Amino acid sequence: MLQIKNLHVKVENHEILKGVNLKVNAGEVHSIMGPNGSGKSTLALVLARRETFQVTQGEVLFNGKDLLAMKPEEAACEGLFMAFQYPIEISGISNAYFLRAALNAIRKYRGQEEMDAMDFLPFYKEKMKLLDVDERFMNRSVNEGSSGGEKKRNEILQMALLEPKLAILDETDSGLDIDALKIVANGVNAMRSPDRATIVVTHYQRLLNYIVPDFVHVLVDGRIAKSGGKELALALEEKGYAWVEAEDHTAPVAV
Amino acid sequence: MGTDTRALEALANREYKYGFVTEIEADSAPRGLNEDIIRLISAKKNEPEWMLEWRLKSYRHWAKLEKAAAEPKWANIHYGPIDYQDIIYYSAPKPKATLNSLDEMDPAVLATFEKLGIPLAEQQRLAGVAVDAVFDSVSVATTFKEKLAELGIIFCSFSEAVQEHPELVQKYLGSVVPYTDNFFATLNSAVFSDGSFVYVPKGVRCPMELSTYFRINAKDTGQFERTLIIADEGSYVSYLEGCTAPMRDENQLHAAVVELITHDNATIKYSTIQNWYPGDKDGKGGIYNFVTKRGKALGKNSKISWTQVETGAAITWKYPGVILQGDNSIGEFYSVALTNNYQQADTGTKMIHIGKNTRSTIIAKGISAGHGQNTYRGLVKILQGATRARNYTQCDSLLIGEKCGAHTFPYIEVKNSTARMEHEASTSKIGDDQIFYLQQRGLSKEDAVSMIINGFCKQVFRNLPMEFAVEAQKLLSVSLEGSVG
Repeated sequence: MLQIKNLHVKVENHEILKGVNLKVNAGEVHSIMGPNGSGKSTLALVLARRETFQVTQGEVLFNGKDLLAMKPEEAACEGLFMAFQYPIEISGISNAYFLRAALNAIRKYRGQEEMDAMDFLPFYKEKMKLLDVDERFMNRSVNEGSSGGEKKRNEILQMALLEPKLAILDETDSGLDIDALKIVANGVNAMRSPDRATIVVTHYQRLLNYIVPDFVHVLVDGRIAKSGGKELALALEEKGYAWVEAEDHTAPVAV
Repeated sequence: MGTDTRALEALANREYKYGFVTEIEADSAPRGLNEDIIRLISAKKNEPEWMLEWRLKSYRHWAKLEKAAAEPKWANIHYGPIDYQDIIYYSAPKPKATLNSLDEMDPAVLATFEKLGIPLAEQQRLAGVAVDAVFDSVSVATTFKEKLAELGIIFCSFSEAVQEHPELVQKYLGSVVPYTDNFFATLNSAVFSDGSFVYVPKGVRCPMELSTYFRINAKDTGQFERTLIIADEGSYVSYLEGCTAPMRDENQLHAAVVELITHDNATIKYSTIQNWYPGDKDGKGGIYNFVTKRGKALGKNSKISWTQVETGAAITWKYPGVILQGDNSIGEFYSVALTNNYQQADTGTKMIHIGKNTRSTIIAKGISAGHGQNTYRGLVKILQGATRARNYTQCDSLLIGEKCGAHTFPYIEVKNSTARMEHEASTSKIGDDQIFYLQQRGLSKEDAVSMIINGFCKQVFRNLPMEFAVEAQKLLSVSLEGSVG
């Protein structure tokens, strides 16, 4: 599904990613953990094709296609979805209008027929139920006046509706209380399937109690310093990132 | 990034869609302005003596103002001097356009309106919309006239109203915007050539949208139309005007006057989609749009609502206002003003509260892109007798890029202590974060920008008649294409 080879990324002459290698197969859930400033969010944003980053070396294949040659909307239409750490607000545009426009842009790209409001609404309502969102929500402006938790829940709701092939969750747990965290995790788990992959970027192990990953990678200073199974997250929780940082940077990486 | 920016720039440089010129034979007055020209215009229109006298009175007043250099200079707009003697004040397509049927109309003129999406021919008329088409100085066609006449509604060109309904014209002309009102209104009073006239009788709800479409075609002419709408007791009318002009390197002057009058329990809803030629991307050419629009909510419980979408013109200077004279009367102003490239707009409203329990709402949205300068200027005046008057004002500015400007000048005068005033203002920028978010959901950059803008303007667009709201949205995206790169 996704193959990252020796990815180097700069922002304003400052190298943030220094050779990241990662392979994600369909059906897998990967977690990327790491201390502040290690490059986690940069990696997520580069994959989503944010243009402010400069890729200096490396290659990323997404379902065999050159991801780094795609515009953000092309990556989205190819099936890449990112749940943002800080979702933005769009005044005057309702959630339903926005999501239908997004869904239809993707469907159009794939040569599918656009969905009219009559077909869209039942589909949307079903997903709202899944995430325990009040139906009135669909007429509210996108993220306007929403709490941090509501915004995160909306991200997952959008994901459930757009049904991506690869979902990248960037610190989705930050700002969530435990109840909201469970609802969000349930939403993500409900979407686990053999033909979908998920990358969960997080600071804390807490989220991984609910979204159990198949692989955990620790990003330190722009490189994946350690990879392992879900137990690695627990070890990190116990020993802290300093433990990985102290280890040899040339430790084997998952490719 | 590079190819993206180029693609957007290509879109930005796309030509103004309505910029074509129609080749027709025109009957024009000589250049310049003097009493003879006024007499000539009046004679061409075969006007009664009282009309000529009014024009001459206006002209003499204007000549004094011009001598005193009284052209208003307080607005936040910058332009070279206008040579009023170098303008042609009257131009009409030949043959003279008093037509009994469209068959007699110059096919080139008919084709012009069709090209603009305003079909005038019987079989293609817009359903539910009656149109008065004004080409340069004259009205060339009015549709659905007979159907409206069955209800007693008068919808015709101003010239026709002067001939057919002189008592109404004499009673109301200048009653809201007196000929002495301001430099440009005075000029209009002297030389106005045509425009629309509407009278809705007591208790009649006008069953269709009334619309006037203004087209400037001839070179070096000014357009000075005048519109007068009277809604008698308990009546309702919704009126819409649209306007376009060819692309020319010279600036052309447009100085219109609109007067609205509502009697007891009557409502007038007046919408404008202004798309005059804005000039090219370097600020060359374009229409100077100096317009005086005012309504008088004369009767109790009456209502006047202005909605404007101003996307065209090199310079826009206009403040559609409402004099709230009747008790419990309501005034509304909903505005979207967009300035891109080198466009300048100084626009807003005046709400003058005279009657008791009068209410006014002002929602002004300014969008600046390129080197555009956008100014909101609004006056809310509560007079002594206006007990429990209320006003709500909201001014929002949206900036796109680094070189544009947004300015807000709200004036508030309150002479009655029971008044309640609210004022909110905001300035924001379309951020890369917002655009990226929408792109990540699958929308193209252009669609992302257009969605953000439409969200910003929603409070205004929802006041437009349905058909035109869609049009306004499209117009806005076209006017802004290329401003985000």
